[in-house]
Amino acid sequence: MTFPSFFPGATPVVRLIEAFHRLPGIGPKTAQRLTYYLIRTSPEEARALAEAILGVKERIRFCSICQNMTEADPCSLCGDASRDRTTLCVVEEPLDALALERTRYYRGLYHVLHGAISPLNNVGPEDLKVAELLERLKGGQVREVVLATNPNLEGEATAMYLHRLVAPLGVRVTRLARGLPSGGDLEYADEVTLTRALEGRQDMR
Amino acid sequence: MTRPKTSKTEAVVLRQVPSGEADALLVLFTPERGKVRAMARGVRRPSSKLGGHLEPLDRVTLLLAQGQNLDVVAQAHLLHSNLGLRESLEALACGWYLADLVDAFTPDEAPNPALYDLLVEALGWLEESPQPALLLRWFELQLLGLAGYRPEVYRCVACRQPLASQGHAFSLPDGGVVCPDCRTGQEALAPLSLTALKVLRYLIDNGFPQARRLRWEAPLSQEVEVFLAQYIRYILEREVRSAAFLHRLEAWRRRSAAPATL
Repeated sequence: MTFPSFFPGATPVVRLIEAFHRLPGIGPKTAQRLTYYLIRTSPEEARALAEAILGVKERIRFCSICQNMTEADPCSLCGDASRDRTTLCVVEEPLDALALERTRYYRGLYHVLHGAISPLNNVGPEDLKVAELLERLKGGQVREVVLATNPNLEGEATAMYLHRLVAPLGVRVTRLARGLPSGGDLEYADEVTLTRALEGRQDMR
Repeated sequence: MTRPKTSKTEAVVLRQVPSGEADALLVLFTPERGKVRAMARGVRRPSSKLGGHLEPLDRVTLLLAQGQNLDVVAQAHLLHSNLGLRESLEALACGWYLADLVDAFTPDEAPNPALYDLLVEALGWLEESPQPALLLRWFELQLLGLAGYRPEVYRCVACRQPLASQGHAFSLPDGGVVCPDCRTGQEALAPLSLTALKVLRYLIDNGFPQARRLRWEAPLSQEVEVFLAQYIRYILEREVRSAAFLHRLEAWRRRSAAPATL
């Protein structure tokens, strides 16, 4: 979307509105609101924001081991001696690793694929960090690979694909369970989820 | 043309494109309206009540509300899930390919109920078919027919005479076989053996229950596959994206002894 120049000579304003508008989830009105907020804030606050943005671009890279976002290479998780090095959790995006980390239940390491196989959107296995995963498994230390790709069609395809690659290496391959979300309503659950939930039912303890 | 504010329709989900925080743009194929794009809000959240109903290759009934630009999915109910396809990577890749072809060959909002029936039927066969290659070729030919590109395999496209048994070639721009007399040497030709020509006729003229009885060996099946891929590429003027993944799996299957490489 292009914005008319409301104020002749105020092109920096238009530039900033357009920059905000390009961000995901920000529409034209929100972009304007953010811009006018920044115009009224102190220079220090604006500079802090600009530096934070630059800092992300300049200092964040991908960990050479797990491919996750990191400031130091290897990342703090890969470098943490207390983590279980025999278990590897494969996720699609860095944010997925973050979500799993929030559970505080998983103590192993991660591997971030940076996507899922999606032929319709032109993403094939060669576009993912699959070769890096196989390289890590060659070390022989890993005894279990947890496939934590999304439970949608692309994620399932990716999991099946990885299973075929990894299983012959003699590593145990597991998949996250699928079932009902906490706080959900049984009547709205779809047949696929309910089938999976029934398949994966557990004894009450 | 005015449409009611909400409409109920059956649809096969062809594609889901993530959009915004948790929304997705759906490309749907419906019997009444053809290909339709619709927004499904919040569908990528695990707790979304739309979530599991709107995956690619699912057959659903939908309540669509007319939005400003795009229709919005108000309700969704699963008629037939892609569960059978999710069990096998090959079946899934084939299903993707079918959806991709339908997507590529149809314009938005152009009803083609026969093509809808074909897609539903083919997805059904895919769940049980031990011969996906045959199903894919049959589907390609049927789809070409319903999209208006049915190849002429009985008469010469130039002189309209029935074909003799020798010297066949397929003219890509004319969409049919030309006899040796009519060939100018200028047109884009694809070679086609007599046996392959007979296979094309058989697959065009028969439903899949008959077509699946065909037994063919590798050189012939490959000739037909390569020929159809060439014809489809000529019509679309581009590659079919999902075919690459299909080929990769196929190559993998052939050298399945050593799968530990990419």
